[in-house]
Amino acid sequence: MTAKVIVLTSGKGGVGKTTSAAAVAAGLALRGHRTVVIDFDVGLRNLDLIMGCERRVVFDFINVINGDAKLNQALIKDKRNDSLYVFPTSQTRDKDALKRDGVERVLDELKESFDYIVCDSPAGIEHGAITALYFADEAIIVTNPEVSSVRDSDRIIGILASKSRRAEHNMDPVAVHLLLTRYSPERVLKGEMLAIDDVKEILSIPLLGVIPESESVLKASNTGTPVVFDDQSPAGQAYHDAVARLLGEQRELRFLKPERRSFFRSLFGRA
Amino acid sequence: MGLLGFLFPERRNTAVIARDRLKIVLAHERASRAAPDFLPALQKDLLDVVGRYVEIRDEMLRVNVGRSGETSLLEINVEIDGAKVKSPVKNGAAAEPKPVPIKVAKPDPSSHPPWVKPS
Repeated sequence: MTAKVIVLTSGKGGVGKTTSAAAVAAGLALRGHRTVVIDFDVGLRNLDLIMGCERRVVFDFINVINGDAKLNQALIKDKRNDSLYVFPTSQTRDKDALKRDGVERVLDELKESFDYIVCDSPAGIEHGAITALYFADEAIIVTNPEVSSVRDSDRIIGILASKSRRAEHNMDPVAVHLLLTRYSPERVLKGEMLAIDDVKEILSIPLLGVIPESESVLKASNTGTPVVFDDQSPAGQAYHDAVARLLGEQRELRFLKPERRSFFRSLFGRA
Repeated sequence: MGLLGFLFPERRNTAVIARDRLKIVLAHERASRAAPDFLPALQKDLLDVVGRYVEIRDEMLRVNVGRSGETSLLEINVEIDGAKVKSPVKNGAAAEPKPVPIKVAKPDPSSHPPWVKPS
Protein backbone atom coordinates (compact mmCIF):
# COMPACT_ATOMS: atom_id res chain seq x y z
CA MET A 1 0.00 0.00 0.00
CA THR A 2 1.35 3.38 -0.94
CA ALA A 3 -0.49 5.94 1.13
CA LYS A 4 0.04 9.52 0.08
CA VAL A 5 0.88 12.14 2.66
CA ILE A 6 -0.65 15.52 1.80
CA VAL A 7 0.05 18.61 3.90
CA LEU A 8 -2.08 21.75 3.93
CA THR A 9 0.17 24.62 4.79
CA SER A 10 0.36 28.39 4.31
CA GLY A 11 2.78 30.13 6.62
CA LYS A 12 0.15 32.74 7.43
CA GLY A 13 -2.62 31.97 9.90
CA GLY A 14 -6.33 32.37 9.33
CA VAL A 15 -6.29 31.69 5.59
CA GLY A 16 -8.36 28.51 5.80
CA LYS A 17 -5.92 25.64 6.36
CA THR A 18 -8.12 23.72 8.77
CA THR A 19 -11.29 24.38 6.77
CA SER A 20 -9.49 23.19 3.65
CA ALA A 21 -7.91 20.17 5.34
CA ALA A 22 -11.34 19.07 6.58
CA ALA A 23 -12.91 19.68 3.17
CA VAL A 24 -10.16 17.93 1.18
CA ALA A 25 -10.09 14.94 3.54
CA ALA A 26 -13.88 14.61 3.48
CA GLY A 27 -13.86 15.05 -0.31
CA LEU A 28 -11.35 12.22 -0.71
CA ALA A 29 -13.39 10.01 1.61
CA LEU A 30 -16.61 10.77 -0.31
CA ARG A 31 -14.86 9.38 -3.38
CA GLY A 32 -14.23 6.16 -1.49
CA HIS A 33 -10.61 6.66 -0.48
CA ARG A 34 -9.71 5.68 3.05
CA THR A 35 -8.56 8.98 4.50
CA VAL A 36 -7.29 10.21 7.84
CA VAL A 37 -6.87 13.89 8.64
CA ILE A 38 -4.31 14.75 11.33
CA ASP A 39 -4.16 17.94 13.37
CA PHE A 40 -0.52 19.09 13.76
CA ASP A 41 -1.42 22.28 15.61
CA VAL A 42 -0.31 21.16 19.07
CA GLY A 43 -1.76 23.34 21.79
CA LEU A 44 -4.34 24.98 19.53
CA ARG A 45 -6.49 22.04 18.58
CA ASN A 46 -9.29 23.02 16.20
CA LEU A 47 -9.65 20.36 13.55
CA ASP A 48 -11.91 18.41 15.94
CA LEU A 49 -14.33 21.35 16.06
CA ILE A 50 -14.36 21.82 12.29
CA MET A 51 -14.94 18.08 11.84
CA GLY A 52 -17.61 18.08 14.55
CA CYS A 53 -16.03 15.43 16.76
CA GLU A 54 -14.76 17.58 19.63
CA ARG A 55 -16.73 15.64 22.23
CA ARG A 56 -15.36 12.30 21.12
CA VAL A 57 -11.67 13.08 21.69
CA VAL A 58 -10.20 10.73 24.29
CA PHE A 59 -6.61 10.14 23.22
CA ASP A 60 -4.55 12.28 20.88
CA PHE A 61 -1.52 12.40 18.58
CA ILE A 62 0.94 13.06 21.42
CA ASN A 63 -0.49 10.18 23.49
CA VAL A 64 0.15 7.83 20.57
CA ILE A 65 3.64 9.21 19.91
CA ASN A 66 4.52 8.73 23.58
CA GLY A 67 3.09 5.21 23.58
CA ASP A 68 0.36 6.09 26.10
CA ALA A 69 -2.38 5.04 23.69
CA LYS A 70 -2.75 2.86 20.64
CA LEU A 71 -3.52 4.32 17.26
CA ASN A 72 -6.99 2.76 17.08
CA GLN A 73 -7.84 4.26 20.47
CA ALA A 74 -7.05 7.76 19.25
CA LEU A 75 -8.52 7.67 15.74
CA ILE A 76 -12.08 8.99 15.56
CA LYS A 77 -14.29 7.51 12.88
CA ASP A 78 -16.45 10.06 11.13
CA LYS A 79 -20.18 9.53 11.64
CA ARG A 80 -21.07 10.70 8.12
CA ASN A 81 -18.56 8.68 6.13
CA ASP A 82 -17.04 5.28 6.87
CA SER A 83 -13.81 6.02 5.00
CA LEU A 84 -13.01 9.14 7.02
CA TYR A 85 -11.06 9.31 10.27
CA VAL A 86 -9.92 12.23 12.40
CA PHE A 87 -6.72 12.17 14.40
CA PRO A 88 -6.88 15.00 16.93
CA THR A 89 -3.88 16.67 18.46
CA SER A 90 -3.10 17.44 22.05
CA GLN A 91 -3.83 20.65 23.96
CA THR A 92 -0.44 20.45 25.71
CA ARG A 93 1.60 23.62 25.79
CA ASP A 94 4.79 21.70 25.08
CA LYS A 95 5.10 22.28 21.35
CA ASP A 96 8.21 20.14 21.09
CA ALA A 97 6.16 17.09 22.08
CA LEU A 98 5.84 16.48 18.34
CA LYS A 99 9.05 14.50 17.89
CA ARG A 100 10.03 13.81 14.31
CA ASP A 101 10.88 10.12 14.77
CA GLY A 102 7.65 9.61 16.71
CA VAL A 103 5.65 11.27 13.94
CA GLU A 104 7.39 9.10 11.36
CA ARG A 105 6.53 5.95 13.30
CA VAL A 106 2.86 6.95 13.55
CA LEU A 107 2.68 7.90 9.85
CA ASP A 108 4.22 4.57 8.85
CA GLU A 109 1.59 2.77 10.87
CA LEU A 110 -1.20 4.86 9.32
CA LYS A 111 0.14 4.14 5.83
CA GLU A 112 -0.76 0.48 6.34
CA SER A 113 -4.48 1.17 6.55
CA PHE A 114 -5.11 4.44 4.67
CA ASP A 115 -4.88 5.71 1.09
CA TYR A 116 -4.48 9.36 2.05
CA ILE A 117 -3.01 10.99 5.12
CA VAL A 118 -4.00 14.66 5.21
CA CYS A 119 -1.90 16.81 7.55
CA ASP A 120 -3.33 20.08 8.84
CA SER A 121 -0.33 22.29 9.59
CA PRO A 122 -0.18 25.03 12.21
CA ALA A 123 0.59 28.56 11.02
CA GLY A 124 4.12 29.90 11.10
CA ILE A 125 7.43 28.32 10.20
CA GLU A 126 8.30 26.92 13.62
CA HIS A 127 8.73 23.34 14.78
CA GLY A 128 5.08 22.28 14.37
CA ALA A 129 4.76 23.61 10.83
CA ILE A 130 8.08 22.10 9.77
CA THR A 131 7.13 18.72 11.28
CA ALA A 132 3.77 18.82 9.48
CA LEU A 133 5.36 19.38 6.07
CA TYR A 134 8.48 17.27 6.59
CA PHE A 135 7.00 13.90 5.53
CA ALA A 136 4.74 15.26 2.78
CA ASP A 137 4.55 13.78 -0.70
CA GLU A 138 2.28 16.58 -1.84
CA ALA A 139 1.56 20.01 -0.44
CA ILE A 140 -1.49 22.19 -0.84
CA ILE A 141 -0.51 25.81 -0.32
CA VAL A 142 -3.57 27.57 1.05
CA THR A 143 -3.40 31.21 0.00
CA ASN A 144 -5.68 34.23 0.21
CA PRO A 145 -5.51 36.80 -2.60
CA GLU A 146 -3.78 39.27 -0.32
CA VAL A 147 -0.16 40.44 -0.04
CA SER A 148 0.88 38.97 3.32
CA SER A 149 -0.62 35.58 2.55
CA VAL A 150 1.06 35.39 -0.87
CA ARG A 151 4.41 36.36 0.60
CA ASP A 152 4.16 33.75 3.37
CA SER A 153 3.11 31.12 0.83
CA ASP A 154 6.24 31.86 -1.17
CA ARG A 155 8.30 31.36 1.97
CA ILE A 156 6.64 28.01 2.72
CA ILE A 157 7.18 26.85 -0.87
CA GLY A 158 10.88 27.63 -0.37
CA ILE A 159 10.94 25.63 2.87
CA LEU A 160 9.25 22.64 1.19
CA ALA A 161 11.94 22.72 -1.48
CA SER A 162 14.80 22.77 1.01
CA LYS A 163 13.74 21.32 4.38
CA SER A 164 11.30 18.51 3.61
CA ARG A 165 12.31 14.88 3.84
CA ARG A 166 12.12 14.61 0.05
CA ALA A 167 14.52 17.55 -0.29
CA GLU A 168 16.92 16.26 2.36
CA HIS A 169 17.05 12.79 0.80
CA ASN A 170 17.36 14.03 -2.79
CA MET A 171 14.09 12.36 -3.75
CA ASP A 172 11.55 13.76 -6.23
CA PRO A 173 10.47 17.12 -4.84
CA VAL A 174 7.20 17.55 -2.93
CA ALA A 175 4.44 18.24 -5.47
CA VAL A 176 3.03 21.65 -4.59
CA HIS A 177 -0.45 22.90 -5.47
CA LEU A 178 -1.99 26.33 -5.04
CA LEU A 179 -5.39 26.51 -3.38
CA LEU A 180 -6.70 30.06 -3.54
CA THR A 181 -9.31 30.60 -0.82
CA ARG A 182 -11.67 33.44 0.11
CA TYR A 183 -11.67 34.61 -3.47
CA SER A 184 -14.14 37.34 -4.27
CA PRO A 185 -14.83 37.77 -8.02
CA GLU A 186 -16.68 41.03 -7.34
CA ARG A 187 -13.68 42.61 -5.69
CA VAL A 188 -11.31 41.32 -8.36
CA LEU A 189 -13.54 42.93 -10.98
CA LYS A 190 -13.33 46.23 -9.12
CA GLY A 191 -9.55 45.99 -9.02
CA GLU A 192 -9.52 45.64 -5.26
CA MET A 193 -8.22 42.10 -5.02
CA LEU A 194 -5.37 40.16 -6.61
CA ALA A 195 -6.69 38.04 -9.47
CA ILE A 196 -6.05 34.31 -9.91
CA ASP A 197 -3.51 34.92 -12.65
CA ASP A 198 -1.60 37.43 -10.52
CA VAL A 199 -1.17 34.94 -7.68
CA LYS A 200 -0.37 32.10 -10.08
CA GLU A 201 2.25 34.18 -11.84
CA ILE A 202 3.87 35.37 -8.62
CA LEU A 203 4.03 31.97 -6.91
CA SER A 204 4.49 30.03 -10.17
CA ILE A 205 2.99 26.77 -8.94
CA PRO A 206 0.08 24.89 -10.52
CA LEU A 207 -3.42 25.86 -9.44
CA LEU A 208 -5.45 23.18 -7.68
CA GLY A 209 -8.56 25.22 -7.08
CA VAL A 210 -10.20 28.50 -6.26
CA ILE A 211 -12.64 28.62 -3.36
CA PRO A 212 -14.97 31.59 -3.50
CA GLU A 213 -15.63 33.61 -0.37
CA SER A 214 -18.87 32.07 0.78
CA GLU A 215 -21.29 32.21 3.65
CA SER A 216 -21.49 28.46 3.66
CA VAL A 217 -17.95 28.12 5.07
CA LEU A 218 -18.83 29.84 8.34
CA LYS A 219 -22.12 27.98 8.51
CA ALA A 220 -20.27 24.69 8.03
CA SER A 221 -17.79 25.48 10.81
CA ASN A 222 -20.64 26.57 13.10
CA THR A 223 -22.12 23.10 12.85
CA GLY A 224 -18.90 21.10 12.62
CA THR A 225 -19.58 19.85 9.10
CA PRO A 226 -16.83 19.90 6.46
CA VAL A 227 -18.12 22.21 3.75
CA VAL A 228 -18.01 19.50 1.05
CA PHE A 229 -21.01 17.84 2.69
CA ASP A 230 -22.99 20.90 1.58
CA ASP A 231 -23.58 20.09 -2.09
CA GLN A 232 -25.45 23.32 -2.72
CA SER A 233 -22.77 25.75 -1.67
CA PRO A 234 -20.31 27.17 -4.22
CA ALA A 235 -17.44 26.66 -1.74
CA GLY A 236 -18.38 23.00 -1.22
CA GLN A 237 -18.54 22.39 -4.96
CA ALA A 238 -15.27 24.22 -5.52
CA TYR A 239 -13.60 21.94 -2.94
CA HIS A 240 -15.06 18.90 -4.73
CA ASP A 241 -13.48 20.17 -7.95
CA ALA A 242 -10.14 20.70 -6.21
CA VAL A 243 -10.20 17.13 -4.87
CA ALA A 244 -11.01 15.81 -8.35
CA ARG A 245 -8.00 17.70 -9.77
CA LEU A 246 -5.83 16.37 -6.95
CA LEU A 247 -6.78 12.89 -8.18
CA GLY A 248 -5.78 13.81 -11.72
CA GLU A 249 -9.12 14.76 -13.26
CA GLN A 250 -9.50 17.76 -15.53
CA ARG A 251 -12.10 20.22 -14.31
CA GLU A 252 -12.91 23.73 -15.42
CA LEU A 253 -12.73 26.46 -12.78
CA ARG A 254 -16.14 27.57 -11.59
CA PHE A 255 -17.67 30.40 -9.56
CA LEU A 256 -15.33 33.02 -10.94
CA LYS A 257 -18.01 35.42 -12.09
CA PRO A 258 -19.71 37.79 -9.70
CA GLU A 259 -22.93 36.26 -8.47
CA ARG A 260 -26.01 37.81 -9.93
CA ARG A 261 -28.17 39.29 -7.24
CA SER A 262 -31.85 38.97 -7.76
CA PHE A 263 -33.89 42.14 -7.69
CA PHE A 264 -35.54 41.22 -4.41
CA ARG A 265 -32.28 40.28 -2.75
CA SER A 266 -30.65 43.55 -3.67
CA LEU A 267 -33.78 45.33 -2.55
CA PHE A 268 -33.58 43.84 0.91
CA GLY A 269 -29.79 44.00 1.08
CA ARG A 270 -29.33 40.26 1.55
CA ALA A 271 -26.40 38.59 -0.12
CA MET B 1 -6.54 60.58 -20.92
CA GLY B 2 -9.68 61.05 -22.98
CA LEU B 3 -12.67 63.12 -22.12
CA LEU B 4 -14.38 60.16 -20.48
CA GLY B 5 -11.29 59.47 -18.42
CA PHE B 6 -11.27 63.11 -17.41
CA LEU B 7 -14.91 63.12 -16.42
CA PHE B 8 -14.74 59.78 -14.62
CA PRO B 9 -11.23 59.46 -13.21
CA GLU B 10 -10.36 55.82 -12.72
CA ARG B 11 -10.04 54.84 -9.13
CA ARG B 12 -6.58 53.63 -8.29
CA ASN B 13 -6.43 49.91 -8.97
CA THR B 14 -5.01 48.67 -5.69
CA ALA B 15 -4.75 45.07 -6.90
CA VAL B 16 -2.14 46.19 -9.45
CA ILE B 17 -0.19 47.94 -6.71
CA ALA B 18 -0.34 44.77 -4.59
CA ARG B 19 0.91 42.65 -7.47
CA ASP B 20 3.82 44.95 -8.27
CA ARG B 21 4.89 45.27 -4.64
CA LEU B 22 4.79 41.50 -4.21
CA LYS B 23 6.88 40.93 -7.32
CA ILE B 24 9.59 43.25 -6.08
CA VAL B 25 9.72 42.03 -2.50
CA LEU B 26 9.65 38.36 -3.48
CA ALA B 27 12.40 38.75 -6.08
CA HIS B 28 14.54 40.20 -3.33
CA GLU B 29 13.63 37.59 -0.73
CA ARG B 30 14.13 34.66 -3.08
CA ALA B 31 17.60 35.91 -3.98
CA SER B 32 18.65 36.25 -0.35
CA ARG B 33 17.12 32.86 0.48
CA ALA B 34 19.25 31.12 -2.13
CA ALA B 35 22.34 32.95 -0.96
CA PRO B 36 25.18 30.92 0.51
CA ASP B 37 25.88 31.33 4.23
CA PHE B 38 29.24 33.00 3.75
CA LEU B 39 27.80 36.15 2.13
CA PRO B 40 27.56 38.27 5.30
CA ALA B 41 31.16 37.41 6.27
CA LEU B 42 32.36 38.15 2.75
CA GLN B 43 30.54 41.45 2.78
CA LYS B 44 32.22 42.39 6.06
CA ASP B 45 35.70 41.50 4.77
CA LEU B 46 35.13 43.44 1.57
CA LEU B 47 34.01 46.46 3.58
CA ASP B 48 37.22 46.28 5.60
CA VAL B 49 39.38 46.17 2.47
CA VAL B 50 37.53 48.83 0.50
CA GLY B 51 37.33 50.90 3.66
CA ARG B 52 41.12 51.21 3.70
CA TYR B 53 40.96 53.19 0.48
CA VAL B 54 37.70 55.10 0.65
CA GLU B 55 35.40 55.97 3.43
CA ILE B 56 32.26 53.99 2.80
CA ARG B 57 29.29 53.11 4.87
CA ASP B 58 27.95 49.57 5.25
CA GLU B 59 24.96 50.08 2.98
CA MET B 60 27.17 51.28 0.11
CA LEU B 61 28.50 47.77 -0.51
CA ARG B 62 26.12 45.03 -1.58
CA VAL B 63 26.92 41.40 -2.27
CA ASN B 64 24.44 39.21 -4.09
CA VAL B 65 24.34 35.84 -5.71
CA GLY B 66 22.34 35.76 -8.89
CA ARG B 67 22.00 33.82 -12.08
CA SER B 68 22.60 34.73 -15.66
CA GLY B 69 21.42 31.93 -17.88
CA GLU B 70 23.45 28.87 -16.91
CA THR B 71 25.99 30.76 -14.84
CA SER B 72 25.89 31.60 -11.15
CA LEU B 73 27.07 35.11 -10.56
CA LEU B 74 28.64 36.64 -7.49
CA GLU B 75 27.67 40.25 -7.81
CA ILE B 76 29.48 42.91 -5.78
CA ASN B 77 28.23 46.46 -6.01
CA VAL B 78 30.20 49.23 -4.37
CA GLU B 79 28.78 52.68 -4.45
CA ILE B 80 31.63 55.18 -4.15
CA ASP B 81 29.95 58.27 -5.51
CA GLY B 82 30.67 60.94 -2.98
CA ALA B 83 32.83 58.66 -0.88
CA LYS B 84 35.89 60.36 0.50
CA VAL B 85 39.23 58.95 -0.66
CA LYS B 86 41.50 58.17 2.23
CA SER B 87 45.01 59.57 2.23
CA PRO B 88 47.85 58.95 1.80
CA VAL B 89 47.87 56.62 -1.18
CA LYS B 90 51.28 55.26 -2.20
CA ASN B 91 52.02 53.07 -5.21
CA GLY B 92 48.35 52.65 -5.83
CA ALA B 93 47.77 51.16 -2.41
CA ALA B 94 46.68 52.79 0.78
CA ALA B 95 49.08 52.89 3.64
CA GLU B 96 48.92 49.81 5.76
CA PRO B 97 47.20 50.49 9.00
CA LYS B 98 49.75 50.76 11.77
CA PRO B 99 49.92 47.59 13.79
CA VAL B 100 48.41 48.07 17.16
CA PRO B 101 50.92 47.10 19.85
CA ILE B 102 49.61 44.23 21.86
CA LYS B 103 49.83 44.75 25.53
CA VAL B 104 50.65 41.71 27.58
CA ALA B 105 49.83 42.12 31.19
CA LYS B 106 52.69 40.87 33.34
CA PRO B 107 51.96 39.91 36.87
CA ASP B 108 53.51 42.33 39.29
CA PRO B 109 54.56 40.44 42.42
CA SER B 110 54.14 43.53 44.52
CA SER B 111 50.51 43.81 43.50
CA HIS B 112 49.52 40.57 45.21
CA PRO B 113 47.17 41.06 48.05
CA PRO B 114 48.83 40.44 51.39
CA TRP B 115 47.17 37.06 51.93
CA VAL B 116 48.65 35.56 48.74
CA LYS B 117 52.22 34.35 48.91
CA PRO B 118 54.20 35.42 45.86
CA SER B 119 55.73 32.32 44.33
